[in-house]
Amino acid sequence: MDFNGSDTIPGPRAEDHLPHTTTAAAKIVIVGGFGVGKTTMVGSVSEIKPLTTEETMTQAGIGVDDNYGSDTKTATTVAMDFGRIRITDQVVLYLFGTPGQERFWFLWNGLFEGALGAVVLVDTRRLEVSFEAMGRLEERGVPFVVAVNTFPDGPRYPLDDLRGALDLPPEIPIVECDVRRRASSRDVLMTLTRFLHDLALAGNLT
Amino acid sequence: MTPPQRRRRDPDPEPSQQPPKEGEGKNPERLYIITGPDGERAPLDLVTLIVARAEPPSSATPEQSAVLRMCRAPLAVAEVSAYLSLPFSVVTVLLTEMLAAELVQARAPIVRQHLPDRSLLEAVMHGLQRL
Ligand SMILES: Nc1nc2c(ncn2[C@@H]2O[C@H](COP(=O)(O)OP(=O)(O)OP(=O)(O)O)[C@@H](O)[C@H]2O)c(=O)[nH]1
Ligand SMILES: [Mg+2]
Repeated sequence: MDFNGSDTIPGPRAEDHLPHTTTAAAKIVIVGGFGVGKTTMVGSVSEIKPLTTEETMTQAGIGVDDNYGSDTKTATTVAMDFGRIRITDQVVLYLFGTPGQERFWFLWNGLFEGALGAVVLVDTRRLEVSFEAMGRLEERGVPFVVAVNTFPDGPRYPLDDLRGALDLPPEIPIVECDVRRRASSRDVLMTLTRFLHDLALAGNLT
Repeated sequence: MTPPQRRRRDPDPEPSQQPPKEGEGKNPERLYIITGPDGERAPLDLVTLIVARAEPPSSATPEQSAVLRMCRAPLAVAEVSAYLSLPFSVVTVLLTEMLAAELVQARAPIVRQHLPDRSLLEAVMHGLQRL
């Protein structure tokens, strides 16, 4: 890439500049199996055109170990899309739509460790594709809410059945949403933030 | 119709910080090794904010000049990676060098605390309501 060409300077549009008063950023992650609507959700709530950060990794050759070492590895690029919402003149919130394959999560250091919380998207036609993501959040102790992205041809389960199937404790919110709509995606993030706030209150009382 | 059934998992008592080792199963590994000038892992997060401290010096590399121009206003490391079309780990190395050379400044992210920050969460709720 030619970074010197004056008309091809990479960077945000002038209207997307954060104010100089911005002191800190926080992040929320959006997880779930393949095709549940993670990218769509990031795009619908972000105030900037969604961006992509990539990581390149090697994939050890299939099966048998041979003597050719790194030459036999193929480089694979894993992409993660993200968007941004300005909260105050000091704080900005980033939303990361994680790769559908959970085994790639480690590529981005601290993606989950520092996140305020997570949204797990589920598609009722294929609930099981989001199980692994949920399990990994539980293992890591990342608080999350579940958002059911309602596809028109998806089965509609009573909330209690869904909670039972997902084996979720009663305090974890489950909400329906249409990730294509900004207001709906925004409401999911509100539900998560309120849940985190409740956790904070409960923690302070003990 | 009965939905498929999941089993809840317990928190990992000692979450492993290490990526899976090569040769163990089919796990991938990063192509680039992330180290700073002294071989230290750079403490940069995806949402660490980077701000330029100076105009690009004549000695700056094209990548450094590009970073300095785009970071006149604060920008997260993930955004720098996106605009440069460079992998996050490569950008981390680039920025670690630039931090050491005092060309840029880093503003640490807000990370999840054992006890979450209620005033922050209240600010986030207000910010979302305005959206
Ligand atoms: N009808 C309907 N379609 C949706 C909805 N959300 C997403 N889609 C469509 O479903 C497809 C998958 O959505 P994505 O947002 O790309 O899903 P993803 O989770 O990012 O997928 P991967 O990154 O491949 O794992 C796209 O074609 C969307 O247009 C929804 O709420 N309703
Ligand atoms: Mg996607």
